[in-house]
Amino acid sequence: MLRGFNAVYDSLPYILSGIPITLGLVALSIALGLAIGVPMAIGQTYGNKETGRLISLYVWLFRGLPNLVLLFLFFFGVFPMLGIRLSPFVVAAIALGLRSAAYQTEIFRGAFLSLGEGQMLAARSLGMSKRKAIWNIMFPQAIRVALPGWSNEYPILLTDSSVAYAIGVMEILTRGNQMVTRTYQPMPIYFTCALIFILLNFGGIRLIHMIENLIRIPGFGREEQ
Amino acid sequence: MNNTPVLKVQDIHKSFGNVEVLRGVSFEVEKGETKVFIGPSGTGKSTLLKCINQLTIPDRGNVWLNGREIVHSHVKINLYRQQMGMVFQNFFLFDHLTAVRNVEISLIKVKRMNRKEAREKAMEELSRVGMADKANSYPAELSGGQAQRLSIARALAMDPEVMLFDEPTSSLDPELTGEVLDVMRKLARGGMTMVVVTHEMGFARWAANEIFFMDEGVILESGPPAEMFTRPRFERTRRFISRMTELYAEEQSDG
Repeated sequence: MLRGFNAVYDSLPYILSGIPITLGLVALSIALGLAIGVPMAIGQTYGNKETGRLISLYVWLFRGLPNLVLLFLFFFGVFPMLGIRLSPFVVAAIALGLRSAAYQTEIFRGAFLSLGEGQMLAARSLGMSKRKAIWNIMFPQAIRVALPGWSNEYPILLTDSSVAYAIGVMEILTRGNQMVTRTYQPMPIYFTCALIFILLNFGGIRLIHMIENLIRIPGFGREEQ
Repeated sequence: MNNTPVLKVQDIHKSFGNVEVLRGVSFEVEKGETKVFIGPSGTGKSTLLKCINQLTIPDRGNVWLNGREIVHSHVKINLYRQQMGMVFQNFFLFDHLTAVRNVEISLIKVKRMNRKEAREKAMEELSRVGMADKANSYPAELSGGQAQRLSIARALAMDPEVMLFDEPTSSLDPELTGEVLDVMRKLARGGMTMVVVTHEMGFARWAANEIFFMDEGVILESGPPAEMFTRPRFERTRRFISRMTELYAEEQSDG
C-alpha cells in the first residue's frame, strides 16, 4: 500500500506534465475537425450533388476506420511515403482531427437541415447571396442547434487521444506506462491516469455548458424543451 | 419611362413534376397601386409571388422591374431582390437575432451601411410598424401579429420598389390579423406599390386597385373591387368571394 502511494507520489509530476500534451492533442484535433467539418456540412447541405457525394465518401471512409489503424497508417505509411517528416504529436492530431471531421460533418449537417428552408428564402428575398445567407443567417443558428451534440466530441476525443500512446506521443497514458515499468505498480498508477482523464472530462464538459449558456437565445436549445 | 409599370409579369408558367401550377399568368402594377390576388388554396398564388422575385425560377415567361428584365439575370438577381420586399405567411424571421438586428442585418450585409446608420434606419422601420418597444426581443418572444409586423419592417428597410405579401395574415389568430392589416393599409395609403395574396376580403375590397381571381394556375377574371364583389362574370368567383366574406364576417363577430 505504502509502496503504491510512494510510486504515485513520485510519478505524479511526470504524469501531470502530460496534461498539456493530451489537452493540446484534443484541442488541435477538435479544431481541425471543426475547420473541415463545418465547410463539409455546408457543402453537403447547400452544394451540388457531386460535392455531396464526395463528402459522403469521406465521412463513410473515416467513420469506418479504427483510430489505431488510422494512426499507424498515417505515421508509418502515408507521411513517410510522401516524404513528410512530422512529430508523432502532429500526426496524432491530424489523424484524430480528420476522423473527428467526419463526425462533426454529420453533426452540423443535421443542424443545418433542422433549420428549414424558410430562413434561406427570407435571406435570399432580401438580396443576400447564398454565401452571405449561409454565413450570416444559417451558420449562427446551426451552431446553436449543433452544440449539445457537438459537445460530445470533447469526451470522445479526450478518451480517444490515449491511442497516441501507440506512436509514442508523450501524453498522459504514455507517461503512466513509463512509470509502471519503472515502479512495477500498475494498479495505483493506471488508477491515477484514469482519475486524471475523468477530471479533465468533468472540467471540459462544465466549460462547454458555460459556453452553451453564454450564447443561448430564446427559441434555441434546452430552455424550450 | 414614366409610363413603365413598376412590375410587369408576362405569361409565367411553372410546373412541379407533372403538376402544372402556373399556366400563363400576366399582369402589371403601376407605381402606388395595390393588386390583390384571391382564389382557392393550391391555385399557384404563392408560387406566382416566388416567381416574381425568382425564389422559384419560372419555366417560361418574364418579369420586368421598372422596365428591366429580371428572369435569368443570375448575376444581378440579388440587386433586383433588394427592390422587391417579401412578406411570408410564416414570417421566416431570423430566429437568432433580436427584432432590431433582424431589420438591420440586410442593411449592413447587403446595403453595406455602417452600423450606426443601419441601427437608426432599423429603429425607424420598427416605429413605422409599431414595434419600437420590442426592438430587443427575439422572434420566439413575439406574438404572431408582432412577428409579422417585424417581418414587414425587415422588408421595408431595404426601401423596395414593390412589396410582395404572401398571405400575411393566414397563419395568425383572428384577433391578431387586425394589427397586421392596419400596417398594410397604412402602407397602401402612403403610396407603396404592393402585390398581395390574401383571403382577407375586407382588405382586398378596401385596398385593391384591381383584384385577380386565380383558379387552377390562371387568372380566371380580374377587375376593380366594386365589380368583382358585386357582379363577377364567373359563378366560381362569386361563390369564392361570398364564402370568404362570410368567414371573414364570422371572425369579426367572434372577435
